[in-house]
Amino acid sequence: MNVEKVVFSFFIVLALTLNFGFFLGEFDNPDHHDVYELFAAIVVNLIATVLKFGERTQIGAVLLATSLVADLQLIAAALVWTVAVHIAATGLTPPAMASIVSLSGGAVLANLVSVVLLVVDISTLRR
Amino acid sequence: MDNKVPFLILRRMRVPLLALIGAYAASVLGLTLMPGIEIDGEPTHISIFHAFYIMTYTATTTGFGELPHAFSDAQRLWVTFSLYLSVVAWVYAIGALIALFQDRAFKQVIEENRFASAVRRQSEPFYIVCGYGDTGGLVVRSMAGCGLSAVVIDVAQDRINELTLENLPYHVPGLCANASHPANLKRAGLEHPQCAGVVALTDSDHVNLKIAITAKLIAPELRVICRAQTHDAQANMASFGTDAVINPFDIFADRLAMALHSPDMHRLHEWLTATSGMPLPERIDPPRGTWLLCGYGRFGKAVNRFLEYEGLSTVIIESEPEKTRAPKETVVGRGTEAVTLRAAHIESAVGIVAGTDDDANNLSIIMTARSLNLNLFMVARQNSRDNDDIFEAARLDLVMQRSRIISRRILALISTPLLTDFLRLARHQNNEWARALIERLRPVIGTRVPALWAVPVTEQGAPAVFSALREARDIQLDHLCRDPYARDRTLPCVPLLLMREDDELLLPEPATALQPGDRLLLCGRSRAELRMLWTLRNANALAYVESGEQPRDSYVSRLLFGRRARAG
Repeated sequence: MNVEKVVFSFFIVLALTLNFGFFLGEFDNPDHHDVYELFAAIVVNLIATVLKFGERTQIGAVLLATSLVADLQLIAAALVWTVAVHIAATGLTPPAMASIVSLSGGAVLANLVSVVLLVVDISTLRR
Repeated sequence: MDNKVPFLILRRMRVPLLALIGAYAASVLGLTLMPGIEIDGEPTHISIFHAFYIMTYTATTTGFGELPHAFSDAQRLWVTFSLYLSVVAWVYAIGALIALFQDRAFKQVIEENRFASAVRRQSEPFYIVCGYGDTGGLVVRSMAGCGLSAVVIDVAQDRINELTLENLPYHVPGLCANASHPANLKRAGLEHPQCAGVVALTDSDHVNLKIAITAKLIAPELRVICRAQTHDAQANMASFGTDAVINPFDIFADRLAMALHSPDMHRLHEWLTATSGMPLPERIDPPRGTWLLCGYGRFGKAVNRFLEYEGLSTVIIESEPEKTRAPKETVVGRGTEAVTLRAAHIESAVGIVAGTDDDANNLSIIMTARSLNLNLFMVARQNSRDNDDIFEAARLDLVMQRSRIISRRILALISTPLLTDFLRLARHQNNEWARALIERLRPVIGTRVPALWAVPVTEQGAPAVFSALREARDIQLDHLCRDPYARDRTLPCVPLLLMREDDELLLPEPATALQPGDRLLLCGRSRAELRMLWTLRNANALAYVESGEQPRDSYVSRLLFGRRARAG
């Protein structure tokens, strides 16, 4: 049992689950999307990205790319939230919420691709 | 992987980045959860955004203040804890990054990348110089003076450091690696389209041999010039087609012998191979008689061989006759003491050669000899360029400086290849021929060493002449030597050699007709070279020099007034 592989896979899957958890719920209802879950999703996604650094293989490069895409989307969502709540005078309106949730939806897809690639990578390993 | 640098950085920064993310996440989360001061009976909370902002300026030790409200004590407690956590994480991350940049292996990777890209960017013909000691340094500097580019390989790091500190007109990339490995030669650009040749100047004959073989096998059309210290190595290198093998001891001994039997030929040699622009070297007249040779190493043996060939008698002084296999009549001793010199009958000798491999000993021999016999012709061997000043102060008749001999020969081979052909042909002439040539050169060149240049009568080298020859016009050597500003003046130059496919003409006559593909070697002042370029490249200048008339420039005037007009 390879501890390093366990940690690696753990964080990648955790990134996907937290992200998906945030995404679930009515599209423009702020009550269904908790800010702490977005926070947790961002942190775990960043950790997963850092763990993917230094990969030498082609599949490792694509894994890193998907992780970076997910990071980008989630950070954009956080920025939209910050602007809506603190900077613009409008507060967290349904349109703003919709943007936030759609961005996180994109990140869900990227994380999904990441998990699929992880499974493919592991299944091609010889016993 | 082609570029290892970002890959290395990412690998090393994993743990520090993880620590940073963890510290930030924990602190931000805690800060948002802590209850703030009470306003209107409700505890305020810091939002995630504000918490992140506060953590940023706290972790980087900037420290603005407690914004937007003053903190409650619970928040202050948390901030204390997160301060220690996050500042340590930041410092650790920055420290790891700095340590990475100072890492030796990392720096080596960066150096190699820089070297490889410098080699790739070479757009002018360049030579690969292997070995950057005394000789290599001199060769690179002289090449830079002639406008030739170089790439240096040396096995010692401090020599490469010296190279980076040198004040050369343009950048010469240097690689610290073993030049006898073919991979390193390839990295230095052996297969680069602009590579013009390889110059092997390392201390070891074996390494030079390996370099020559590698170059000849991988890139057979390149010129290979090697230095050899023994005759075995010389023969070995010549056997597989090395373009030039330079043995400095033989070259010097040969010059000395030439000075003995044809002093004017020697003088001509010196005039043509010295650095252009320097004052003309004086004539040397070594006397005939008995010569004393101190030191019977490779140098001593070479000098002895050449002097005996000239019919001179020699007395050898050597401190280890068995080791150097000196002949039986050798006087045992170093030659630095008066006793040994007297035992060798210095009073009746006409010349002395101090040829040991120690500069201090050589100078000591000379000074002792001078005190015993003032009329000796003094020759000394200088081993290290660092001692230039003292050898100059000793006012010797002839100094053999190995690096200078090698670098001059190499430069002659590289910059004007026709010169070696000329000197080869000139050797077969006698001293009177040389004296006549010197008398012819003297009014033309004045008091400085002349410039030498080659004129290839080809489409790129002399476009006007080439197209004139194709039109079956008769262009003579005399036309080229006229001043394109005023054709009744001749330029200050002397044509030395005309090389054709089937013929070699030494000192060609002015009336010689030129043919396409000819190569000319001329000697004279550098401004003559510049003026001659006009005649070679500008069709109007050529026509003027040929016939004294200027052809008309435009179609219209040719139509109206006919093709030619008198020179205005």
